[in-house]
Amino acid sequence: MNDSTLLQLGLLIPLLALAGIQLTGRRANLREAVSLIAGTALLAAMASLYRPVIDGQVIAAHWLDVLPGMALAFRVEPLGLLFALVASFLWIVTTLYAIGYMRGHGERNQTRFFSLFALSIAAVMGIAFAENLFTLFVFYEILTLCTYPLVTHAGTDKARKGGRVYLSVLLGTSIGFFLLAIVATWLLAGTLSFKAGGVFAPGTSTALLSVLLVLYVFGVGKAAIMPFHRWLPAAMVAPTPVSALLHAVAVVKAGVFVLLKVCLMIFGLETLQSIPATEWLLYLAGASILLASIVALRQQNLKKRLAYSTVSQLGYITLGALLATSAGATGSALHIVMHAFGKITLFFCAGAILVAAHKTEIGELRGIGRQMPVTMTAFLIASLCIIGIPPTGGTWSKWYLMLGTFEAQQWLLMALLMASSLLSIAYLLPIPLRAFFEGSGGGSGGGQVGVETGGERPLTAGQGEAVEIREAPLPSLIALGVTAAGCVYLLLYPDVFYLLIKAGI
Amino acid sequence: MSHLPILQVILPLVAAPSCLIIRRASLVWLFTLGVSLAALAVSALLLQQVYTTGPVSYALGGWDAPWGIEYRIDLLNAWVLLIVSALSSAVIAAAHSSVARELAAGRQTLFYTLYLLCFAGLLGIVATGDVFNVFVFLEISSLASYALIALGRDRRALWASFQYLIMGTIGATFILIGIGFLYMMTGTLNMADLAARLPAVGDSTTVLAAFAFVFVGICLKLALFPLHLWLPNAYSYAPSIVTAFLAATATKVALYLLLRFTVTVFGVDFALASLPLEFLLIGLGLAGVFVASAVAIYQLDIKRMFAYSSVAQVGYMVVGIGIGTATALQATLLHLFNHALMKGGLFLALAGLVYQIGGCRIDAFRGLGRTMPWTMAAIAIGGISLIGMPLTAGFVSKWYLVMAAIDSGLWWLGILIVLGSLLAVIYVWRLVEAGYLQSPPQALAMIRSEAPLGLLLPTWLLIGANLYFGIDTRLPVAVTAAAAQFLLGGAAP
Repeated sequence: MNDSTLLQLGLLIPLLALAGIQLTGRRANLREAVSLIAGTALLAAMASLYRPVIDGQVIAAHWLDVLPGMALAFRVEPLGLLFALVASFLWIVTTLYAIGYMRGHGERNQTRFFSLFALSIAAVMGIAFAENLFTLFVFYEILTLCTYPLVTHAGTDKARKGGRVYLSVLLGTSIGFFLLAIVATWLLAGTLSFKAGGVFAPGTSTALLSVLLVLYVFGVGKAAIMPFHRWLPAAMVAPTPVSALLHAVAVVKAGVFVLLKVCLMIFGLETLQSIPATEWLLYLAGASILLASIVALRQQNLKKRLAYSTVSQLGYITLGALLATSAGATGSALHIVMHAFGKITLFFCAGAILVAAHKTEIGELRGIGRQMPVTMTAFLIASLCIIGIPPTGGTWSKWYLMLGTFEAQQWLLMALLMASSLLSIAYLLPIPLRAFFEGSGGGSGGGQVGVETGGERPLTAGQGEAVEIREAPLPSLIALGVTAAGCVYLLLYPDVFYLLIKAGI
Repeated sequence: MSHLPILQVILPLVAAPSCLIIRRASLVWLFTLGVSLAALAVSALLLQQVYTTGPVSYALGGWDAPWGIEYRIDLLNAWVLLIVSALSSAVIAAAHSSVARELAAGRQTLFYTLYLLCFAGLLGIVATGDVFNVFVFLEISSLASYALIALGRDRRALWASFQYLIMGTIGATFILIGIGFLYMMTGTLNMADLAARLPAVGDSTTVLAAFAFVFVGICLKLALFPLHLWLPNAYSYAPSIVTAFLAATATKVALYLLLRFTVTVFGVDFALASLPLEFLLIGLGLAGVFVASAVAIYQLDIKRMFAYSSVAQVGYMVVGIGIGTATALQATLLHLFNHALMKGGLFLALAGLVYQIGGCRIDAFRGLGRTMPWTMAAIAIGGISLIGMPLTAGFVSKWYLVMAAIDSGLWWLGILIVLGSLLAVIYVWRLVEAGYLQSPPQALAMIRSEAPLGLLLPTWLLIGANLYFGIDTRLPVAVTAAAAQFLLGGAAP
């Protein structure tokens, strides 16, 4: 099959899936089969692009010119393919998980849910393969609009409020800053096409470029740099698979991907180094990392804590891109992958705990490891991946980020990264450790349940040993097992992605 | 072919009294639709002719220009003629069921007669090349529209119409005084002659006063902030179809007049030198954008909300004239077209809502995504276009406007323009939230009761046009680029 066709299939498969899901909406099993098949097909299509891209082939597709010089056009870049591969793989896993979760939790409007999910993936593909900023902006906005109904899925007052924050921050930043930055780029450079090494002529005023860079960093609200991070915790009202979509597969990853791409292919690393604002923004990203970690420490709601952890980790990726060294950019791109796998596992676990044990607060999770051993083991592995220590792939990205600060001789930032890693140990690790090694909440809660149900269920007789294993539904369990295994696998074989990144930077 | 310019105006003008002969409401509707479509065909032919061979001049009754009335069609008014007749066709196509529901049986024929008169007046204003003729047609269209607004069901429509009558008459009088001054100084009423003779007497205070009178008069008709007070009442209490028609065409024609007088008749140099026009237009335009959008956010009546939004959108167009570069004028002309599409579609969708529910307060939107999915989707897409999301028509004009602002070194203006569209997000999203996230009130619970197809199809025609012209922008961009060039005296196409 022609490579350009494959690229366009990447956009069409999710749309076909959307149609299929709508048509089979009344028969849940068939509907979910459509999602899974489409996911597999998409992954296969993306995987078959891998070889040609590594070999440096140009794969492009031009749809139409919307305005003179501004086209809806696509080109496969190694980094874009990286993002597309991660997203398409995680789409399958998340669908699997969502099947278990949505049914286990008895959610309504499941057809709408899966349809919008497919549409979001289509938007992600558009972002990943956009040939120019205009195309990218179009799909960026589509992604915002089609995830909004997912965030407000529950339809409650709380969901509506969360959705309002979500939409106002994302639309506000993208229309207020991002669009302005794109217009200015168009006027300054005369083009919106991404180009390795940047699009600006060497003599362009660095003061103007500084303003532009600030507009981009704040404009891409999906990257959740403080102070524009509020939408992420607000969006926690969504069902857990949506949180997974937001945090790992699509939304935030689209944000940092756009930032990375803008740094690499609109500014170019050399130009970036010469801009005064870069330094300032580096410290902003650093502050975002540190502050979000501290806030995460104070959160008692599991999903909220994970949300702030995401804000902090996104700071790492932005910081890596802004370091403007090749190691920094490599670390940044790798962290997109590693964080995706780690964070999606964590959210899967949080959802599994909610479905199986109906618990949302961290304080309630003591001793839950005995009830849900698989889930909590996965939680432990994923925590390690986020922190960045073996045996998980997170090690590599943190390593390159450190190397990046070293290359750029940013000693303060290096110290900051270390401090934040310590903080992430403090806010993540106690959760699985307490789940395994401490008695259940307050010592009595679980015990009482055991006693009360003792009459009906003779199997749960004694104290301590009594807890019955009650995991989430099987599809969800498989999903979180797969992503946790992925975290470990990436330590041993990161080169699938590493080669792509090397080709892209 | 050579009689096209007069055909454009005379067709609806003659057709208007003929309605009274036909009498049967549905026949009259068909007749009006036919006339409107014919006018659309004429304007399309005219635009095509002007685009390929340059401006067309037509001497009325065979009397040549300085003595007789000249109709002069260049790219600018050919473009506006096309917008007016196209939107009128879409609106009148939707009119039948809505008019039958909102107006008493005896008044429907009257409605179509007035409608055609108003339509003829608007086309006449745009087509003519004679300033006194402008005044005449302005009065024809205005008087017809006062009567049209007064046909509204609500008794407050009478008050709204009266208010508009007073304001509109003041505006028209101002324009007439201005024209009188001009005639006194130059001895001609022909626009081309005026443009040629005015520079010689440009220093006199009489010309200055003439300009001031004409400018304020047009701004009243245009509903430029702070002269907009008549508009929200007129739009909210008029019959739904009238609102859609006026919103899509009348302000556009007033904006055309503003452009015609400042750029062609007085000339940019005079206009910018004699008054701080740049400052005035940008300042008032921006004030309009922000004040009207902010007021729109708090409206409970959605027709009224979109009326305020219209005031805001007029602000954008006026800002474009204020910047004054070719790109900025192009942005204004693009927004003229795109805004007509948006507001036409939105007000027609509201007409569907009024048809089904009997009102369009914000409560009526609760659960609308379930009960009237197509109408609600139309409102959502029209709203998204109003915000200026990419792949909708609204994005194209906003893009050009922001680009023009930054290109002229007015960074702050670019920022304010995008901030203005954020206010649109707020007022549009109230509807989306109510429509899709709230459950319908008990009385109508979960019954699908879509607007009649006759209303829905034209609505979606306009909404579809919003999407189409957001993706395939060749026609509007090419025509407006040429028209803006032509206006600024560049190479005439």
